[in-house]
Amino acid sequence: MSFLQKIGVVPNLEKQPEHDECAIENVSRRSFIKGAGMTGASLVIGVQFSANSLAASKSDEFSPDVFISMDKKGTVTVISHRSEMGQGIRSSLPLLIADEMECDWERVVVEQAIGDAKYGSQNTDGSRSVRRFYVRLKQAGATARTMLQQAAAQVWKVDVDQVTIYNHQAKLNNSNKTLDFAQLGEIAASLPVPDKETLKLKTEAEHRYVGKENMENLDGKAIVTGKAIFGFDVEVTGMKYAVIARPPVVFGKVKSLDDSEAMKVPGVIKIIQMPALSPPAVFNMLGGVAVIAENTWAAIEARKKLKIEWDHGANASYNTKSHEAVFKKALQNPPHTVRNRGDWEQAKSAANKTLTQDYYVAGLAHATMEPPAATAIVTDKGVDVWTCTQTPQSAQRNAMGVMQYPQERAKDVNIHVTLLGGGFGRKSKPDYIAEAVFLAKETGMPIKVQWTREDEIKHGYYHSPSYQRLSATFDKKGAATGWYHSMVNHPIAATFNPNAKQAGSAELGQADMPYDLPNIKILNGESDTFMRIGWVRSVTNINNAFAACSFADEMAYHAGQDPKDYLLQLIGKDQHIDLAKDGYQYGNYGEQASVFPVDTARLKNVIKLVANKAGWGKKLAKGHGMGIAAHRSFCGYIATVVEVSTDNGKVKLENITYAVDSGKVINPDRVRSQMEGAAIFSTSLAFYGEITADNGIVEQGNFHDYEMARMSQIPDIEVHIVNSDEPPAGVGEPGVPPFAPALCNAIFAATGNRYRRLPLKQFGIV
Amino acid sequence: MIELTINGSPHKLDVAAEMPLLWALRDILKMTGSKYGCGMGLCGACTVHLDGEATRSCVLPVSAAVGRKITTIEGLSENGDHPVQKAWLDKKVAQCGYCQVGQIMSATSLLDKNDQPTDDDIDQAMGGNICRCGTYPRIRSAIHSAAKLYREAK
Repeated sequence: MSFLQKIGVVPNLEKQPEHDECAIENVSRRSFIKGAGMTGASLVIGVQFSANSLAASKSDEFSPDVFISMDKKGTVTVISHRSEMGQGIRSSLPLLIADEMECDWERVVVEQAIGDAKYGSQNTDGSRSVRRFYVRLKQAGATARTMLQQAAAQVWKVDVDQVTIYNHQAKLNNSNKTLDFAQLGEIAASLPVPDKETLKLKTEAEHRYVGKENMENLDGKAIVTGKAIFGFDVEVTGMKYAVIARPPVVFGKVKSLDDSEAMKVPGVIKIIQMPALSPPAVFNMLGGVAVIAENTWAAIEARKKLKIEWDHGANASYNTKSHEAVFKKALQNPPHTVRNRGDWEQAKSAANKTLTQDYYVAGLAHATMEPPAATAIVTDKGVDVWTCTQTPQSAQRNAMGVMQYPQERAKDVNIHVTLLGGGFGRKSKPDYIAEAVFLAKETGMPIKVQWTREDEIKHGYYHSPSYQRLSATFDKKGAATGWYHSMVNHPIAATFNPNAKQAGSAELGQADMPYDLPNIKILNGESDTFMRIGWVRSVTNINNAFAACSFADEMAYHAGQDPKDYLLQLIGKDQHIDLAKDGYQYGNYGEQASVFPVDTARLKNVIKLVANKAGWGKKLAKGHGMGIAAHRSFCGYIATVVEVSTDNGKVKLENITYAVDSGKVINPDRVRSQMEGAAIFSTSLAFYGEITADNGIVEQGNFHDYEMARMSQIPDIEVHIVNSDEPPAGVGEPGVPPFAPALCNAIFAATGNRYRRLPLKQFGIV
Repeated sequence: MIELTINGSPHKLDVAAEMPLLWALRDILKMTGSKYGCGMGLCGACTVHLDGEATRSCVLPVSAAVGRKITTIEGLSENGDHPVQKAWLDKKVAQCGYCQVGQIMSATSLLDKNDQPTDDDIDQAMGGNICRCGTYPRIRSAIHSAAKLYREAK
């Protein structure tokens, strides 16, 4: 389920199957595998993950999500249907298959899938790739291994249990006879797929690659030699370069255009007015004026010379700073109660003391190092697009929309997925792909649309600024009796439905908070929206966790207790929290509570682990302070300790420690790298991240005014992974939310100053 | 005509003198290893060597590169086996990889002059290179191990 579906703006067509539900078929003889790079293969196994898979496997409608194929030399190709943006998925998913299939990793290659419904959902967001596919990919690998084992048994005319499969070879037990996979492919291809119930999946102990260190990153060599192809690097014959002057205010329109000076720039070919955008924004083109040129430089220079008079439209009324007062007012009496336990009002009137604080987190841009880019060719036969996208299928739908193609022409729209120079959620919004297709269609030329950094910062799908109020009640003995959290922002839903006003999303770290208090009230306020709002790595967990984890720390100081001990006490007993009891239907990242409960024991465990590893409670140098925060998101449990020093009023990061329980781990090094990256992503947002608009126009434009953390600011980062047998949880996003509160808690410990607003830059301390 | 020497080979380009080297490399010569990140010399993704010095090619007009020795990632090593590239693979530095070419070019420029850099030297030399995925600690560690390879090769 995508975030859009979760927040109810897109119907959830993609019912999630049980975790082990899938259909696996021997498709070596099927025609559709041609064109998927599979010609010349001897054995091809298809896996279908969709909900109707079991029924479909018995009909001709079988449409595999993942192919495993082997050519006559025994080289195994795995098609990766997920997008690679640095999280290592192109290595991790095939690793799982190769291990279970008993491949020699050196003889496995990965091919990137094009965008096609046959792969099931390819939407690479929500930290779900491993979470969703772990068991099913193991089954796919085991299927291939079993068929190769059966093939060898056939050759040697023995029982299958006389054959051992190891490292790309079949071995006849008690003999020196071996057969390479290459010799077995053709025979295996003629065999039926074994019943899933008969498959013997490897145990954790039998894994040779999964969970092991030193697994090579597939794209590593291409990256360090500059040969890796990102969306920006695509080159097709006859290609022209486009940059677009987009309306400074969302839903603004071109009132008048004088392009005479721009047309004089050498290399400029054409200037084209884009169709204006009207609400809802969805993933549609923003409009404006496109410059098409022989090279990027000419296009950029000519764009500067366009004389455009804009009709800014209704959103020109928006000013981020003054809207803060509107947010604050919206929290006076927020209309939406999301979760309710006990009686908060009663707790408040009975309280000996009530602690209340407001928190504000600024809006954020994705700032992927590679801005959006797409290259399109349109002919009467159809459309080809090469692009860095997290979601090739919505890219395909978007392209079809521009072309006004009926559904049956989906096969004529090929989305070729390149590597992504960062994603963070920006590249699951394919507005830039629509632009490329539109311009290729209008000009009849192959067009590469490139967003400059200014375009990316000024025309994003922003993480909304948010205003939050936290309250806690205490009885006479000082024990906490109640928790209140209200939040208002510009909801993501407004990008899809202009009438959506309720803040979102409570289920990302607000309503699913784990503190076991008798009275709990979680509310959302309402606001209008004036920009495109979208999901940014970990989404509203960013602000919800900042407020909730900061406030827990405030409660600890209020109670005069150690923040770590207090946190464990707030979380309370070991339990699977039943949020339905509090009248709250929790989305749980699209996962079933039976498989991925909200497990307080696991949360407490990472808190204890991180505290232990970071040396919590030890004597610190003068001016140093340590802060802790813990947060569950995307079904993963993360605790972070940050140690800072202060010198001359400036804060410096000294140590960063993470403890992670994300269930079973395929590739521990990539889990560590995701946590390291999350800490640094969070440093940027906590120190500097602030998108503001005046008259509806975004005021930032490049890395001088939308700053990023630099190397000198980042100490070494220690990551400790809990050895777990639980199903794999999300990893790409959950490292982000606990960092900023741990940092601010550390600053408080060091200085006594509590910072309830991000970014910290505004206080002159970073 | 602009005449440039890139990775030891002469190139003639029919481009405006003020075109930044980055776009000449990428769009004209189809050498896409050097990346666009900001166009203002703020992020380092476009870093190349100009007479051995790490230089932001996005703000360097081609005219200013005439008569000077330009090295790009494509010319850093024959087979991707430069000590810095090796160290990068060994430490599994890259996540998305987009900024890493620029990081590698900045790191090699540092190590060519100083094969015993301190953490401070590294922070100083690498301060102009942004990595959004967050690979800084691994970059620092990879530079130390590349420095060791440099010293061993002496």
